[in-house]
This record gives sequence, C-alpha cells and structure tokens, in this order.
Amino acid sequence: MAAPDAPAAARPHVPPPGPKVRAPRRKGSSAALLLIAPSIVFMTLLFGWPMVSGVLQAFGGPEGLTTANFTRMSQDPYFWSSVGNTLLLIVVMIPIQFVLALAMALLIRAKPRGASAYFYIWAIPLAVSDLAAGLVWLTVFTDRGYLNSLLASLGMQPVSWLAYDNYPSMFGAVLIAEVWRATSLVFVIVVAGLQSIPKDYEEAAGVFGASFWNRLWHVTLPLLRPSLQTALILRTILAFQTFAVALALTGQNFPLVVGETYRWYTGLQDPNVASALALVVMAVSMVTAVGYLKLLRDQTEAAR
Amino acid sequence: MADISIKGLHKTYPGSTELATNNVSLEVAEGEFMVLLGPSGCGKTTLLRMVAGLDFPDKGSISIGGRDVTYLPPQDRNLSMVFQSYAVFPHRNVRTNIAFGLMMKKVSREELERKVKWAADLLQLSPYLDRYPANLSGGQRQRVAVARAIVMDADVLLMDEPLSNLDALLRLDFRAELKKIVQQLGSTTLYVTHDQVEAMSLSDRVAVMKKGQIAQLGHPITVYEEPADRFVGGFIGSPPMNFLDGRITQQGALEVGGQSIAAPEFLARAAARTGGTPVMVGIRAENISLEQRGSEGSLDAAVEVVEPLGHATLLTVDLGGQTVKVQVPATAKVSAGETVGLRFEQSALRFFDTETQLGLTA
Ligand SMILES: Nc1ncnc2c1ncn2[C@@H]1O[C@H](COP(=O)(O)OP(=O)(O)OP(=O)(O)O)[C@@H](O)[C@H]1O
Ligand SMILES: [Mg+2]
Repeated sequence: MAAPDAPAAARPHVPPPGPKVRAPRRKGSSAALLLIAPSIVFMTLLFGWPMVSGVLQAFGGPEGLTTANFTRMSQDPYFWSSVGNTLLLIVVMIPIQFVLALAMALLIRAKPRGASAYFYIWAIPLAVSDLAAGLVWLTVFTDRGYLNSLLASLGMQPVSWLAYDNYPSMFGAVLIAEVWRATSLVFVIVVAGLQSIPKDYEEAAGVFGASFWNRLWHVTLPLLRPSLQTALILRTILAFQTFAVALALTGQNFPLVVGETYRWYTGLQDPNVASALALVVMAVSMVTAVGYLKLLRDQTEAAR
Repeated sequence: MADISIKGLHKTYPGSTELATNNVSLEVAEGEFMVLLGPSGCGKTTLLRMVAGLDFPDKGSISIGGRDVTYLPPQDRNLSMVFQSYAVFPHRNVRTNIAFGLMMKKVSREELERKVKWAADLLQLSPYLDRYPANLSGGQRQRVAVARAIVMDADVLLMDEPLSNLDALLRLDFRAELKKIVQQLGSTTLYVTHDQVEAMSLSDRVAVMKKGQIAQLGHPITVYEEPADRFVGGFIGSPPMNFLDGRITQQGALEVGGQSIAAPEFLARAAARTGGTPVMVGIRAENISLEQRGSEGSLDAAVEVVEPLGHATLLTVDLGGQTVKVQVPATAKVSAGETVGLRFEQSALRFFDTETQLGLTA
C-alpha cells in the first residue's frame, strides 16, 4: 500500500527539476526535425502544394470560392452511372481477387514442383501498365478478337462483347481484365504475409484435429490479418482509380469516376469540375481506408 | 487407447545428407510412458514429428493401435502434442488456446468449460485465462501448450520437452503432476527430454538416442546401471560414468593406473586364454568409496578438487594419470592434495570393449 502512494506524495516536490528534464527533450526534437526536414520539404513540394492547388481549383470559379463545380459535376448525366459502375466493380472484384490471391498463395506455400516459377508468373501482371493490360484484353474481347474467333471455330455465333447495349458482358470484360491485372498485388502481399507465419501454428492446428478449412479459418486467416488489411486498403483505393482498362476496352461506354475526371479535364476542358471529382475520389478513398482500419482492428493488438 | 509400433524408420531432410533418423524401430505398449532421451540434434523431434504425421518417413512404417498411419495426415491420428516451440496460437487467448482441440472435436460447451478449467487449475494458469500469449512468460506459454495437449484425452500423447522452460521448483512439481495426469488419462505417451532426471523419474522405459539411432532401450534403472555402450553411460547420470583405461592380466587381475584389484570371473577366464586384454572400466561416482590409502583391495589416488554439493561431496581424483569423479558422503573429511584409497564396488563395475565401446557381459 505504501509503495503506490509514494510517487503521489513525492509529486509536489518535483517541479524544480521540470525544466531541466524538458531541456534535453527539446534538443532531441529539434534534431529529429532537422532529420525529417528533407522529406517534409519534398512532401510539401510534391504532395502538399498540388493538393492545395487542387482543392482551390475544385472550389474555384470566376467570382471567388464556390460549390458550383460540384453541382455541375453531380448534374452531369454520366456522373451517377460512373459512381454506380465504380462501386459495382469494387464490390464484385475485390472478393474475387482476394479469394484468387489467397488460393494462389496457399498453393505456393504447399511447395509444389516449380513453386517459385508460379510465383513469378503470377506476379508478372504487376509489371504491366493498366493501359497495356486493357489493350491486351481488347484483342481478346473485340468483335474480331480471339474470343470470337474461338467461338466461330467452335461453330458458335460471335458476340459483341463490348457493345454499349450489352452491359453485363461489358462489365464482365472490364472485370476480367482488372482481375487479371491487379490480383497480383494482393497475391504478392499475401505471399509475403504467409511467409512470415511460422508453420508450427498450422501444424499444431492439424495435430489438434483441424481440417484444412478449419486451419484456414481459425489459424491462417487470423494470423494473416495484418497483410490482408494492407492488401484490402491498397486494393480498394486503387480500385477507385480504375480507369485505363475500362477506357481501352469500352471507350466511354462504361464510365468510371476517375475516367470522368479525365473526360472533364481533356474532353470538356473544365479543370475545376475535374478537380472537384478528384477531390471526391480522394475523400471516399480516405474514408474507406479509415473504415477498414477501424473495422478490422485486431482485438489482440490492444492487449499487446 | 492404442499402442505405437514403429518399424525401420529412415528419414533424411531435403537438402541434408545425414539421416535424421536411421532405422529406428520402437514398440510402445498401450498406456506406456516412453521417454526419448538424447543429446541435441539426435533426431528426437524428427521421430516425434513422424509419429504425429507432420513429416513423412522415407522408409519404414508407423502404426497406432494396429492401424497403419505412416502417411496419414495428423488430424486423422487422434493424438495430441506439445511442441518444442510451444506453437501456442498468438491470436487466441489462453482459454481458447487450451480449448482449441476440443472445439475441433465439437465437444459440448459444458464439457469444454469443465476441461479447460481442470487443465488451467492443474497447470496454475487460471489467473491468465483471458490473456494473450504475447503477455505471458515463456514458462507460462509452455504450460498453455501442455494444457492444450492434456485436455484432449487423445490415444497418443506426444510431448517434446514440455518442461524445459520452467524453473527448477515448478519443474519438480509438474513432473509429479504430469506423471499423475498421464496415469489417469491412460494415454500412450512419447516424451522427449534432455533431462535425464526427468527421464528416470517419469518413464516406464527409456530409449536413449544417438545420431538418429536408438542406442539403448530399456527400463530406466537398467539403462542407468547397465549402459549398453560407453555413449549411454556417459550421457546418463550426473556426473556421468567414469571411464578408465585398464587391463585384465593373464593372472586374472584388473590393472588400472598401475595398480591392480580383482577382476570378475568371466573376464579373468577369457584373459587367461588370450594372455591379457585391454578393457575399458566404467564405474559411477557413487559406487566408489574412500578407504585408508594402501589398504587391501583399494587403489591409491590423489585428490585434486573437492566440491561440496550439500547432500554429498564430489571429488575429482587422479588415479595414475586418469581423472575420476568420486561421490562421498557430505560428512567425509577430505581435502585437496591428500592421497586416498578408492574402493570400487565390485558389483557396480562395468566393462566395455576398447574398440567397439560396447558393454561386455558374462
Ligand atoms: N527441417 C529440417 N531440415 C533439415 N534438417 C533438419 C530439419 N529439422 C531437423 N533437422 C536436422 O535433423 C537432425 C535431427 O533434428 P531433431 O530436431 O530431430 O533433433 P532433436 O533431437 O529434437 O534435438 P533437440 O534436442 O536440440 O531438440 C539435426 O541434425 C537437425 O539439424
Ligand atoms: Mg527437438
């Protein structure tokens, strides 16, 4: 009982050494400030300044600050369909990508023959630019593309996959191309995460009677949570920015939000509305990231 | 409940040229407590992992309860295991860690809670049930691993150094506890340890391993008193058995360090035929007693070091150029530099072939 009281009793006598204690800390913080100064300068120049000017542009108009740009943005006939398309794409694509990436990563972890070859092959799309990926899939889905040639050689009728009036197949084509292109990012993160989990845990689970699915659900996935969280945040934010693939495959027929930004900027020559759109994308991305972090917080983290 | 029958197990790890287990055969009877004892790297964990189904042998077979399980995955073997690395799940608290196997078996909620409480009480983990492993000490984590294994009521219980990280007092406590629990459960147990006291006190039988092979298999007292070869004698016991270069003369005397005492019958007879043979003499420190120097049937030796251990005193003496450890009662009055007579207890003398290092018996 006496021990916990002691510091409280001693507290009134403490003030004199206060400044003495604080002095070295201030010195330390100025040294730290000096060390991060270069990155602060760079961040300000390359990140802060464009952002500030972007925000100003989004609210800018002929007679001072205004929200007119946002009104114009939302009244555009393409805006809401682009929002709908983007959300639909995210909701459908991300689960598919995670299941695929996990399956591939688990396959590699099982160390089949040539596991490292699979790894590199599956990681290749990471190096392919999105426009190039879109063009590759265009050669597949276009009216005289590989897919229709295949159908014809099988004696079937060719289909206009990318026709503006065939929404499901258009969506499917964009989805397939994006899944092909961007799953490798999730895959690489999950593989790295899996490698950092000692095999013991899965082995122990097996010894205690857990089947493959039980091991996956009760052991591997919870231990993989930090990697999955990172991958989910990155992938969702990047999915909001999907653009070039859809543009290459469908032109304007399948509008996406970032595509609209591009159209406002180059086609309609209105940088203010383009900035407003970009600002909306950024806000949504940030809200999503924070939401994921809150939602997926590891309960054990607090205890650690 | 089930017996374990291991036949001719060979295992080489990929990327290694040495056999991790080399033709290991072992029969563990139903409900038997078998201890695997051996120096680091001799293949104890490897053997256990193959019994568990975590690794598959290159050659040989394992059956549990008459069923061939050699290539069966671990979850189909109805066993439980304490891992050398504990493998306590970091994302589950102590309670759900202990309950993991029971959850997989889908036992009822009441039974699960009852068993977790039982195991936690037994291993003194009750105050920590809601903690995560990251907030436990190494010894506490190890106890969680043990608790998780004993709640399973499995046919076969595999334990890889389950007490290695506990302090001496706890270890003594849990050793007795463990013996009691395992008797209650009636599981067939394979227990790995470095600690030969643990091996002696717990086991029904001990298998001493060396470089992937079983060097000796037998009752712990037999292994202690009659080591099959020099390795076993030198590995078991603290201090280990003394080994002395000696010679059986044609006249039937045992010559050690230039002095002689009587040799046992069977060696004397053989030596009479061959005209004397070199031999390695093994004797445990506690089987040597002190005499007046020069007295009949004793060997003179110079005391070099005196180490009082409390319950006894350990002497290091020089016997004609060979170092011998002698354990004498704590009451003995000896000091370094003195010359004493050593009397070897005749029935405790062991003899080994100087070439093969194998034990010689009548
Ligand atoms: N995964 C592995 N890959 C390659 N070699 C291994 C592997 N695991 C163990 N070995 C080797 O196999 C031999 C036996 O190892 P094992 O783990 O069975 O020893 P042990 O008797 O359990 O030792 P300890 O008492 O130190 O735990 C050692 O030489 C070790 O280096
Ligand atoms: Mg081991």
